[in-house]
Amino acid sequence: MLRSSFSLFSLPTFVFRLAVVWLLFCFSLGAEARPDAGQLTALAAGDNDAKIAALQQLAAQAETDALPVLEALQDDALYLFGQSVLIARADGGAVDALTDEVLAELPADAENITINNRVRGALAVTLAAIRLASNHASTRLEAIEALRANPDAALLPLLDRAWAKEENASIRKRIEITRAMMRLQDTDRAVRLEAIQTLGQTSDPANRQLLEPLLAKDAAGMDPELRAAAQKAVTQINNRLARGEILGGIFSGLSLGSILLLAALGLAVIYGLMGVINMAHGELIMIGAYATYVTQTLVRGHAPGWFDWYPLLALPVSFLAAALVGIAMERLVIRHLYGRPLETLLATWGISLILIQTVRTFFGAQNVAVENPAWLSGGIEIYSNLILPYNRIAIIVFAAAVVLAVALLLARSRMGLFVRAVTQNRPMARCMGVPTGRVDALTFGLGAGIAGLAGSALSQIGNVGPELGQGYIVDSFMVVVLGGVGQIAGAVYAALGLGVLSKFIEGFAGAVLAKIAILLMIIAFIQKRPQGIFALKGRFAEQ
Amino acid sequence: MKRRSFFKSTLSAIALSVMTIGSAPAWTAEDTIKVGVLHSLSGTMAISETVLKDVALMAIDEINAKGGVLGRKLEPVVVDPASNWPLFAEKARQLITQDKVAVVFGCWTSVSRKSVLPVFEELNGLLFYPVQYEGEELSKNVFYTGAAPNQQAIPAVEYLMSKDGGEARRFVLLGTDYVYPRTTNKILRAFLKSKGVADADILEEYTPFGHSDYQTIIANIKRFASAGKRTAVISTINGDSNVPFYKELGNQGLKATDVPVVAFSVGEEELRGVDTKPLVGHLASWNYFMSLRNPTNDAFRKQWAEYAKAKKLPGAAKPLTNDPMEATYIGIHLWAQAVEKAKSTDTNKVIAAMGNQEFNAPNGFKVRMDAKNHHLHKPVFVGEIRPNGQFNVVWKTSGPIKAQPWSPFITGNEKKKDEPDGRSK
Repeated sequence: MLRSSFSLFSLPTFVFRLAVVWLLFCFSLGAEARPDAGQLTALAAGDNDAKIAALQQLAAQAETDALPVLEALQDDALYLFGQSVLIARADGGAVDALTDEVLAELPADAENITINNRVRGALAVTLAAIRLASNHASTRLEAIEALRANPDAALLPLLDRAWAKEENASIRKRIEITRAMMRLQDTDRAVRLEAIQTLGQTSDPANRQLLEPLLAKDAAGMDPELRAAAQKAVTQINNRLARGEILGGIFSGLSLGSILLLAALGLAVIYGLMGVINMAHGELIMIGAYATYVTQTLVRGHAPGWFDWYPLLALPVSFLAAALVGIAMERLVIRHLYGRPLETLLATWGISLILIQTVRTFFGAQNVAVENPAWLSGGIEIYSNLILPYNRIAIIVFAAAVVLAVALLLARSRMGLFVRAVTQNRPMARCMGVPTGRVDALTFGLGAGIAGLAGSALSQIGNVGPELGQGYIVDSFMVVVLGGVGQIAGAVYAALGLGVLSKFIEGFAGAVLAKIAILLMIIAFIQKRPQGIFALKGRFAEQ
Repeated sequence: MKRRSFFKSTLSAIALSVMTIGSAPAWTAEDTIKVGVLHSLSGTMAISETVLKDVALMAIDEINAKGGVLGRKLEPVVVDPASNWPLFAEKARQLITQDKVAVVFGCWTSVSRKSVLPVFEELNGLLFYPVQYEGEELSKNVFYTGAAPNQQAIPAVEYLMSKDGGEARRFVLLGTDYVYPRTTNKILRAFLKSKGVADADILEEYTPFGHSDYQTIIANIKRFASAGKRTAVISTINGDSNVPFYKELGNQGLKATDVPVVAFSVGEEELRGVDTKPLVGHLASWNYFMSLRNPTNDAFRKQWAEYAKAKKLPGAAKPLTNDPMEATYIGIHLWAQAVEKAKSTDTNKVIAAMGNQEFNAPNGFKVRMDAKNHHLHKPVFVGEIRPNGQFNVVWKTSGPIKAQPWSPFITGNEKKKDEPDGRSK
């Protein structure tokens, strides 16, 4: 357009036009670069419709100078004081959004401007439109994602500009998709075909919704070729969604399985190897979770810069805390009750009540907040309907690592040899000089420590409260009994199997029925095969 | 009937034995009026109910400081039913027959209320119930100061369907599997139908108590929400399960601006132990929020903060007020006013005096006890969760609205009278 006007008009006209454009540009710098008085009033004092209109204007202008006001609006830091709009600062002062006048203190009766979800959605689009020109790739990526979620055809020129400048391939791809969403109704047939094909490469049901109207017989401007392309695109999206759903089901099953495994592994060691029915197992998990909470609080208080890495510090802390409690339990109570399962059951149940009440006394009955660090929040998007949350991935990896470590410890270390020897034949092991008392204490400590690790991991996905352990004790026993007593491998198979199966049933029958069905299945299975999936073989098996 | 009388005699036997063991204060004087407080101080419900006991004691202190009622001081009798539903009935019987209290403030869950109801009706006692509930009940002996469904659930859904609420046209009704969510969702389903929402646009899901793995449910919500129309989730998930639910929601990338969740059991106290980052923008509907700005609420908050500090209550470092606390506070003051009007603590005279009692509530309105149906006229607020665990009111009714304990959206209710008829059902 510019070039054509250059060639069409004479030089004086061109100079005059240039001057006008320049003037307009200056004017836009002075008045439009940041929200003017009218826009500010609308943002601060207008009703939601006025706010959104102002935000849409600002989005189309996409000037970085508007950012402070918009960010303040997002963070509830914008105040209305008489006629002036103030931005609160962290130090308690405030800045006038129009005149830049600095106030030492935010007036006490200034009215905080709060917004609702509808305005917040429009605000997110406006912020994204402005941030699309950012120098940081990560900011641009977030911005285009926000725009893709709420495509607004009015922003197409902005996207065209961003697309021309963009060098990052993955952001460029996303801009293309967003543009395609806006261009489906384009009058140019070629543009339209390209848009349809671009959307066919995505997995977003929102795009399918955009495409489906095009399949209708009477859709405007559609010819057989376009319709075929649209049909193909819809099929492609559907296939991806179906794949995402299956993979998602498997992933959530694995995730639940890994959680069950972590919770049950300590019990598999204590119950499986030592034959102690430890009803306080859930409370050892709870102690691990509280140890994580304490670590988090200490790290936040003393080294806020390292806050993101507190879970790594919390792991050894929670292992030690739970292991120490476990060893104390074993030395003080349980060792007097070996071979008397009923008494052990009652005693450990009593200990569990004591532990719950102790924690309640020290930390209060209310749940405590364990925050996810940034690297455990959010997830990887594979398909639009298959997002793998980082915390769940981390727990799957962690569970695998713990199983591996325990298996190695039992199979390869001297301590493991002693444990196996004591498990198989206690009097003979003692005759051979194995300090059975200490081995018992250490094995119990190991099982308790693993429970502590489980608590630390569980604190990242659920509640941390005194009754945390109660929810896991039944599931843990289920896994151990199903897997077969005395077998680490059995626990792994049982936990993963239960996880996948219960997620599979939940998919079509709902959570309540899934829980009932799983219990019934386990009962039926145990009737058929009381020794569990894996049974110990050999002479000691009959003990 | 035989069974029932057996049950009754067992109960009275237990009450009798409690009476002989229990240490009734020997100095029971004529110049005090005894007031029962029946909230769980141990067990699963202690998390929610302990503060109601404290706020009841605070209100009693406040009334005593102003000279008491009928010139007599109030003497609180606190018992702990320990989150054990049959024990609620025993403790209620003990309060009425042994301690001879004039009134009882208590209960939280619907099942505990259902458990004490026959006791109050048999002994002609007086109960003030301070929590939002599913309705479908009206007893001469109970005053309900919490919300009925039309004072919480229905306005919230109306807001979601409005322009400012995002014009939702598809709804996920998600709840814990027990009577309150089931009944509320039954009412909501009928209400949505009356608004032209098709059955295909409603997804109803329940989870067991203490459910903590919401992956499948979030996946279902996502699939349901991808059908085009704006979708909202109406959550009646019970206390503890909310944290894993909201965490999963955040991690799976469902934002409040895409699929808003409105909850009926999430308040300031429930958010205390929660990392609120993934919750910002999600909604709750109540008749009171701590963040409301008006002189009565400022005074109420200040009074509670000072009381919590003076009594060294566990949460005193961060004193929070919430809707059931406000309802408890209102209930005690209304009762005191009614006793003053009746010039007696006699149950029937107080019930007669309760109708049309008014009180300047911390929610900023003058709330009024209905002349007939034993429920309060209350304003409704919808709030969005903010990062500090407080709520930002985004919608409210223009004034208090009348409770409909018999929801018109349940068939058969149209014949029921809007006042107690001597029977509770």
